[in-house]
Amino acid sequence: MKQRTVIDLSDLPSYGFGPRSPTWWGTLAFMALEGTGFALAAGSYLYLVYIAPSWPLSRPAPNHWPGTIITLLLLASLIPNHLLERHAKRCEMRQVRLGLLVMCAFGILPLVVRYFEFPALNILWDTNAYGSMLWVLLGLHTTHLLTDVGDTIVLTALMFTRHGHSGRRFSDVEDNVFYWDFVVLTWLPIYVLIYWVPRL
Amino acid sequence: MSSAGTVPTERQRLRDTDLDRASLERWLARTWTTPRGLVGALSAVDHKVIARRYLLTAFAFLCLGGLSAVAMRIQLSGPERGLIGPDLYNQLFTMHGVTMMFLFAVPIVQATGVYLVPLMVGTRNMAFPRLTAFSFWIYLSGGLFAWVSFALNMGPDIGWFGYVPLSGPEFGPGKRADVWAQMITYTEVSSLAVAVATIVTIFKQRAPGLSLDRIPLYVWAMLVTSFVVVFAMPAVMIASTFLILDRLVGTHIFNPAEGGDTLLFQHLFWFFGHPEVYIIFLPATGMVSAIIPAFARRPMFGYLALVLSLIAVGILSFGLWVHHMFATGLPKLGASFFTASSMLIALPNGLQIFCWLATLWEGRPVMKTPLLFVFGFFFIFVAGGLTGVMLASVPLDLQVHDTYFVVAHFHYVLIGGSVFPLLGAAYFWFPKLTGRMMSERLGRWHFWLAFIGFNAAFFPMHIVGLQGMPRRVYTYPSELGWGNINLFITVGAVAFFLSFVLFAANLLRSASKGEPAGDNPWSAGTLEWATASPPPSYNFARIPVVTHREPLWADRETLPVASGLRVDVRELLISTIAEAKPDIREKSATPSIWPLFAAIAVGGTFLYSIFTPWAVIWGALPIAVALIGWFWPKGSPEDEE
Ligand code: HEM
Ligand SMILES: [Cu+2]
Repeated sequence: MKQRTVIDLSDLPSYGFGPRSPTWWGTLAFMALEGTGFALAAGSYLYLVYIAPSWPLSRPAPNHWPGTIITLLLLASLIPNHLLERHAKRCEMRQVRLGLLVMCAFGILPLVVRYFEFPALNILWDTNAYGSMLWVLLGLHTTHLLTDVGDTIVLTALMFTRHGHSGRRFSDVEDNVFYWDFVVLTWLPIYVLIYWVPRL
Repeated sequence: MSSAGTVPTERQRLRDTDLDRASLERWLARTWTTPRGLVGALSAVDHKVIARRYLLTAFAFLCLGGLSAVAMRIQLSGPERGLIGPDLYNQLFTMHGVTMMFLFAVPIVQATGVYLVPLMVGTRNMAFPRLTAFSFWIYLSGGLFAWVSFALNMGPDIGWFGYVPLSGPEFGPGKRADVWAQMITYTEVSSLAVAVATIVTIFKQRAPGLSLDRIPLYVWAMLVTSFVVVFAMPAVMIASTFLILDRLVGTHIFNPAEGGDTLLFQHLFWFFGHPEVYIIFLPATGMVSAIIPAFARRPMFGYLALVLSLIAVGILSFGLWVHHMFATGLPKLGASFFTASSMLIALPNGLQIFCWLATLWEGRPVMKTPLLFVFGFFFIFVAGGLTGVMLASVPLDLQVHDTYFVVAHFHYVLIGGSVFPLLGAAYFWFPKLTGRMMSERLGRWHFWLAFIGFNAAFFPMHIVGLQGMPRRVYTYPSELGWGNINLFITVGAVAFFLSFVLFAANLLRSASKGEPAGDNPWSAGTLEWATASPPPSYNFARIPVVTHREPLWADRETLPVASGLRVDVRELLISTIAEAKPDIREKSATPSIWPLFAAIAVGGTFLYSIFTPWAVIWGALPIAVALIGWFWPKGSPEDEE
């Protein structure tokens, strides 16, 4: 077929932030599917609560302190996270590097506390279905945290190399910010389910 | 190194505007072609290369699934045959169901999308090409895992939906149920990855002017399907993960003795399992909506109605899962709700059929093989839909639950609703894949053998089902008098199977000896026909600009195109989501071996995990290494802009 040029694309930018970038949409889609997984796991937990004659199944309620500390840490991390977003959008390299280092710390700290959180549940996964569900919910979120922290560390390392000097990379940083919000957000209902539903 | 606030500005690069057509094509081929050699082949990220592999693999699994079906049918061809014992029979129907649903039907519709969607939206590759490559490797290894286990007498024997407690630690000793659970998780990882890539390709990579109200209906169908995948597949992943935890580390999620519940498994499974039927069916309707206008030679009647009914079916499909569980004794109100919603879904489906018939009515249809298969689809699918409406009523379902009536019903829906359109699609798009036409004469033989064989095999199943023959039995006593009708069914099944042999012969013969097809052998209107057959590695030398729903019918002589993309690196045009206005020129991923390594690491972890939970810890390291290799850029500084 013959062709006739009607549009010239040369002046388009080579990267974009947020919904302009395909990666952002990919991240959103992954959030949708992971969010569905979390919702179904939470639904399964509530279903078991609903059919159980008493909940927790004759066990002491968990000690909520480690979980509460994690909640506070995660909520606090939202501040540097959004400062980082602002710097990424302006392509400010020094601030972005610093912000990423801070976010690595804010990712690792909850994991350290999490180490103490599992024993604080006061039940093992193989004791009964209540114990199984607590471990599953906490395990799911821990996997979530671990993978995102790993991701953040790799991205941080990347931003300290020559590969960092690129608009695409700043847009990646912004997507990382976006995903961290999701990690924090998914924790809140799980926190309520694990620590406060058994106390109802 | 440079300071804050700046990103290097782009120097002048080689763009398509600097070149004449011939050197443009040379440059693009250099930039986009998959590298040669074994490593090159294993690194491929070209959507067409990946899709071809996907299609071939899915076809191979169809053959395995078909062979297991024929084996079952031979055993059932007469009363008290001793060919296959009960244990092997259990494995056979499990492998058959699992293979057909997870290793054939879903992968093949997704693979067709991987091939066609980028061509139809006028872009050069899928979004996230390495993710697409990864998903193929995962799918291949998951399928091999299942079939090698079967060959080693470790095949699952719990039916394709693997209900607890049969699949649980108490009644399912050995590794069979673990194989089932892990292969489910595998195939789902791969489907989810493809779904995400498909959604983003459709949202962000459409050619200028291809606004939402001009997208081909097939692409709409793939979009809705991908959304259904995203929201349905996590449910089966949760179910299979809970199951493997119960089996391997002693959790009690499905154990009623310790506060768990067996019905929870069924809820999770069918929350996925019913939409699954639409994951298979919606793309098939998209194929029908591509074939009909091409042969009726007029645009599809009721475009908007069709789009809306696709979306309605996608949403309604989530409200139906409980109709698979009527026999479990649910509260009455719940059962009525699900009966109503099951019947409701017949409305948008009926609307689609009406639009197709109207298009054919107003056009002058040319009766070629693809259209024959579409007619076969109408006939069989409507019959299957009717028995579906019957089953949606609780009293009848209670009567025929787990009889051959149900087996007949779901094969009518699955094969009529999906396999027939797929076969039509194979004849329709084969020229685009290979540059050659398939033989019409063999195609007609194929159609009639398939159509007659299918009905001979599956129609009588309704009758034996109503007479009370249960499903999943390896034999039956001769006093019941089911011998003759079962023999008839088996003959039909063998004929249906042979029709696929004929199809394979046609494929092979036409791939080498078929008549050359040219760019647009059917004079169809959508963008995939605007490029050569088979398409070059870069799909389009210049990105088409769309002004009409059937761009090739609107601009018959010259194709309006956009220029200004770079040709020395893999550059894609990113556009806005609703109007498809040009927005960004973005680089697309280059070939890489790391997705393969990542799949090997993930697969090894899954496999090992059926023996020890520590596998998850040990597997994390190689997975992390592979992912870092995958994401780490290696370009020169200039390429990084
Ligand atoms: C050559 C064509 C086919 C034949 C002869 C055939 C035959 C059979 C037979 C004999 C059974 C076992 C019934 C029982 O003992 O309960 C069965 C089950 C099944 N078939 Fe097919 N089938 C064919 C194609 C397909 C296709 C294309 C699909 C899906 C796309 C499919 C999906 C299933 C499923 C999901 C089951 C249920 C397995 C289970 O009970 O766990 N079949 N089929
Ligand atoms: Cu259903």
